[in-house]
Amino acid sequence: MKNYDEKTINELELTAVKIRKHIIEMLYRAKSGHPGGSLSAVDAIVALYFAKMKHNPKKPDDPNRDRFILSKGHAAPALYSILAESGYFPVDELKKLREADCMLQGHPVCYCTPGVEASTGSLGHGLSFANGVALAGKLDNKKYHVYCMMGDGETGEGQVWEAAAVASHYKLDNITAMIDRNFLQIDGNTEDVLRLESVYRRWRSFGWHAIEINGHDIKQILTALDEAADHKNQPSMIILNTVKGKGVSFMENNVDFHGVPPNEMERNLAIKELTLLEKKLEAAL
Amino acid sequence: MSKKTMVNPRNAYGKALIELGKKHKNLVVLDADLSKSTKTIMFAKEYPNRFFEMGIAEANMISTAAGLASCGKIPFVSTFAVFATGRVYDQIRMDVAYSKANVKIFATHGGISVGKDGASHQMIEDLALMRVLPNMTVIAPSDATQTGQIVHLMAEKVGPMYARVGRADAPLIYHKDDLKDIKIGEGMIVKDGSDLSIISCGTMVEPTIEARSTLKKQGIKARIIDMHTIKPIDKKLVMKCAKETGAIITAEEHSIIGGLGAAVAEILADENISCKLIRMGIKDIFCESGDPATLLEKYELNEKHIVKNAKKLVKN
Repeated sequence: MKNYDEKTINELELTAVKIRKHIIEMLYRAKSGHPGGSLSAVDAIVALYFAKMKHNPKKPDDPNRDRFILSKGHAAPALYSILAESGYFPVDELKKLREADCMLQGHPVCYCTPGVEASTGSLGHGLSFANGVALAGKLDNKKYHVYCMMGDGETGEGQVWEAAAVASHYKLDNITAMIDRNFLQIDGNTEDVLRLESVYRRWRSFGWHAIEINGHDIKQILTALDEAADHKNQPSMIILNTVKGKGVSFMENNVDFHGVPPNEMERNLAIKELTLLEKKLEAAL
Repeated sequence: MSKKTMVNPRNAYGKALIELGKKHKNLVVLDADLSKSTKTIMFAKEYPNRFFEMGIAEANMISTAAGLASCGKIPFVSTFAVFATGRVYDQIRMDVAYSKANVKIFATHGGISVGKDGASHQMIEDLALMRVLPNMTVIAPSDATQTGQIVHLMAEKVGPMYARVGRADAPLIYHKDDLKDIKIGEGMIVKDGSDLSIISCGTMVEPTIEARSTLKKQGIKARIIDMHTIKPIDKKLVMKCAKETGAIITAEEHSIIGGLGAAVAEILADENISCKLIRMGIKDIFCESGDPATLLEKYELNEKHIVKNAKKLVKN
C-alpha cells in the first residue's frame, strides 16, 4: 500500500479549503444552490482529482481516462470548482454558476462543461451510468477506473439497488462507488426520513467490497481508494462518514443549509472561517 | 384476396442486429429478461460478449446504456414497449434525451394487438412519451422489411432514438428494393390518390393499404402514406397531402393523444391549413384482454373502420 507523506496530505487539505471557499462564493453569487451536500463531498473529490485519478484537463475525452460521476448532482458547485482548479476551464467561469448562457448549469450536464461525464440531478442514475462505463472498459480491456459518488439519502432510490446488483453480478471491480454519509436529507435525519442503516451491511449483502472511513480525513480517503482500486472481482463501496456543511461552523449538521445559499453576512462569516483555516494550513506547509 | 406473406418484425430486428454486429464492432445490445421475445437472443448467441443481460431492472438498463454510449459504444436496448418507456421515462429523459446519448431503444409489443396479456402490457402511450422529449427520434416501422432497414439506419445515425414494433406476425408490405431510398424523417407515399390521404404508422399501414383497394372499388381514390418516423415528422409531406387531397385520416395503434395523429393535427393548426381530419387510434381509454383481431374491431382500428371513416370524410 502506498504511503502518503504529510506534505501531500497538507496540500490536498489546503486545496479542499480553497474549493470550499469557491463553493461559498459561487452559491452566494448565484443566490441559489446546495451548500450542505457540496461541502460534505469536497474532500473525497479533491483526493480523486488531485491525487488519485488518471486524467488530463487538456484531453477531457481521452478514452483511457479515469472517470468520476457525480450522481448527487446537486453537489455540482464542488465538482465545478474542482474541475476549474484542475484546469478544465478558467476559474473565472465559476462566477457565472446558474446564469443563463453559462457552461455551469444548476446540475451537471455532460456536454455543457468540460470534464463532466454524466448529466445528473435526478437522483439514483449515476451508479447505473458508471456500470455502463465499467462494462465498456472491460469489453475494450481498458485499464481505467470508474468512480461514482452518491448521497446517502439518494440510496433511497430503487435504481441504486438495481445498479448495485448488476455491478456485483458482472464483478465490476473497475468501479469504486462512494456514499457521502452525512446523515441529513431535506426532510431531516436519514434514519427518520427513510432508515438506511446498516449502510455497510446493505452493500456487503449486495456483494460489494465495503469500506467505512472518515470522509474528511484525506489520508484515510487515499488509503481506502487504493484498497478499492486493488480489490478484485467485486465492486467497491467507500462509505464516507461526513458532516453536512463541513468547514463552516454554522452550516455543519444544519439541514437548513441543504438547499439554501448563504446571505451576505453568512458568506462573510464563512469566508472568514475558511480563510483562517487556509492560513493555518499554509503555515504548516 | 391473395394470401399474404407473414413475417414477424421482431425477427427482422434480431437479424438486423446480427448483420450490424458484424459491421460495427462497437455495437452492443442490452435486454431485461425478455431476449427471447424481443429477439435480441439472436445477437446474444452470435456475439455473447457484446450482449448484456440486465435482468428485470429496466431503469438501470437505460442509464447503463448511456454510460456505454459515453465510451463510444452503440447500445441497442430492448424490452416490451411498456417497460421501455413509461417505466423508465426519467432515465430516458436525463441520460438519453437530455444528454444527447447515442442510445437506441428498440421496443417490441407496442399497441393493443399484444392481445391477451391485457392493458397492463398494451402500450398505447409510448409514442407520445417519447415524442415530447427534445432530441428524441421516434419511429414505428410497418413491416419486417422496413424494420430491418430502419434498424440499420438507426445504427448509422448518431443520436437518441426510439423505435417500436408490435408483437404479432405482420403481412409483408415491402420488398427490400422498395426501400432503397428510405430515410429516417421522410414519410413514404406507398400508393397515390387524390380524394384523401391516409397517413399511418406501424401495424396500421397494412390495413390502410387493404382499405384503399376497397375504397377504389367504390370510386374513392385514397393516397397511402407510411409515416414510419413520427418525430421528426415529415412536415412537408403532411402539408402536401393536406393541400392536394384536402382530407386526411391518421391511423395508429396508439392513443389519439400525443402520437402520429396529434403530430399531423399540430402541423395543420400551426400552418393554418384548412383540411378535414379524422384521427384513428385508441380513444383515451385503457383496453382489455382479448384476441388481437377482436380488439382491433372493438376499438375500431381495422380496415373496416378505415373504410368507414374514409367514406364519411369524403362525403362530408
